[in-house]
Amino acid sequence: MFALVDCNNFYVSCERVFNPGLNGRPVVVLSNNDGCFISRSNEAKALGLPMGGPAFRFRKTLEAHRVALYSANFALYGDMSSRVMNTLAALAPSMEVYSIDEAFLDMTGFERIGLETYVRSIRHRVRRDTGIPVSIGLAPTKTLAKLANRMAKKNPQFEGVCILPDREAARRAMASMEVGDVWGIGRRHTEFLNLNGVRTALDLADAPPAWVRKHLHITGARVQAELNGDSCLPLELVRPPKQSICTSRSFGSAVTDEAALGQAVAHFATKCALKLRGEGELAALVTVFICTSPFEQKHRRYYGTRTASLLLATQDTLAIVRAAAAVLGDIFKPGLSYKKAGVILGGLAPVAATELRQASFFDPEPLQVQETSSKLMQALDAVNSRYGQGTLRIAADAGTGWKQRQEKLSPHYTTSWDDIIEVRVDS
Amino acid sequence: MKLIRICNTPRIDFYTADLTTKLELPMASTLLSAGFPSPAEDHIELKLDLNRALVKHPSATFYGRVKGSSMIEAGIAEGDIIVIDKSLEPKDGDIAVCFLDGEFTVKRISSGAEGLCLLPANSEFKPIRIAEESEFQIWGIVTYVIHKAR
Repeated sequence: MFALVDCNNFYVSCERVFNPGLNGRPVVVLSNNDGCFISRSNEAKALGLPMGGPAFRFRKTLEAHRVALYSANFALYGDMSSRVMNTLAALAPSMEVYSIDEAFLDMTGFERIGLETYVRSIRHRVRRDTGIPVSIGLAPTKTLAKLANRMAKKNPQFEGVCILPDREAARRAMASMEVGDVWGIGRRHTEFLNLNGVRTALDLADAPPAWVRKHLHITGARVQAELNGDSCLPLELVRPPKQSICTSRSFGSAVTDEAALGQAVAHFATKCALKLRGEGELAALVTVFICTSPFEQKHRRYYGTRTASLLLATQDTLAIVRAAAAVLGDIFKPGLSYKKAGVILGGLAPVAATELRQASFFDPEPLQVQETSSKLMQALDAVNSRYGQGTLRIAADAGTGWKQRQEKLSPHYTTSWDDIIEVRVDS
Repeated sequence: MKLIRICNTPRIDFYTADLTTKLELPMASTLLSAGFPSPAEDHIELKLDLNRALVKHPSATFYGRVKGSSMIEAGIAEGDIIVIDKSLEPKDGDIAVCFLDGEFTVKRISSGAEGLCLLPANSEFKPIRIAEESEFQIWGIVTYVIHKAR
């Protein structure tokens, strides 16, 4: 069984921890540069304030209902996210941090003590320790867990927990969910499916598999199998939500050396930065996580994560690698065998929205330097796209050298290197 | 230990701690006793890491800087840093960071026959009884107070 733990209206909830007076009031968090809604309390949603809506266009509603407005405080959200993730890591044998506010937990083995009781205790624990309310969906596959989580959020009477223990429960839930809301089904596929009479998640589950495979390809086929309770969708194959870009990897064999881990992290950071430029976005947050195998002896188990906020949002590989290296230095504990590491970029905003921004008095770099950096990145990308990724790279990233070493340890794993780690933004 | 300010409120500024820094000091377990030396003195190997000593639950620990003097007799003065652990279940007599009617306050909590009371530690202040209709929350338990002595 998989549990998907999702923080409710995460940025708003972070603000509420430090201002409990905001409970029950409409609250929105605005993106830093363009003043769009990036997080809304349930009360704000009920007022019809849309995700991504520009605040100036809704001024009347905001004033009439005395909506509390907050500018994004990514340093706070990053810190609160680490706290939530660290709390969860202690409560499950293994965990995948899926985004700043979501994580999958492997709940295998907890059936004996009662899954519902345990999952409710997780929810209580996160709320008590961090002040953040979460919703939990529990099901035999990740796709169904995601669906269950949505049910938990939509139905207040579930009190934050929805379990789909068997096929019947899953089918009932799927019948009430639009196919476009299924995890991994994008807008284009939704249109196509609707045109062909596939409207609910249940319709998709029951569609002829060959037809699904033909039109939705392998990804769609996996989604369908997962909806039918067949767990086959590796997390990395599904695109993450728009808020983050993640590159992470399990190591073929454990890494103990800080320098080797540093090269891996630099490599992941480089990959993230490249993706970021591909998306035309700037990142304000750099999260690094490292963890040992969940099968280690208890005292040798460790999950370290921390988020650095950049003073100035950037898409510069050098700045991102530098930040990632500093974070790694903070969380690395010697003497442990690391099995997995990753880099997550968050606080994303499109370049277009920030281009015309006035330079801040506190900007660490004058605009001219930023322009040089942008030219350097253009040159870097041009060389690498022509001669292959890693042709030109920064020294901290061992690039192919690191890959080759891994290749020797575990050849099968580098063959899918490019497919699996990068999880891109869905449009 | 580096403090990073994450939120300001009228009564308390909240900080999150950078727990990655480490400063280990040798602990003199014999302390300052005059008189005959402890036989253990030659074997002092203990090192004290203040982070580890003051923070039992890192994910649930926050720091606050105190404003005001209502807890002066409990050793909590203006400008002190308090270590707040949200994971602890409140017990009668604990000093807690409470949220009451729109404001944070630090008081000793006491549950009596008349319900929950917030007790100041300063004779110039009066105990506060928590009315049923008030907006009240015990936000976290104060575990340590860091006071600057000079």
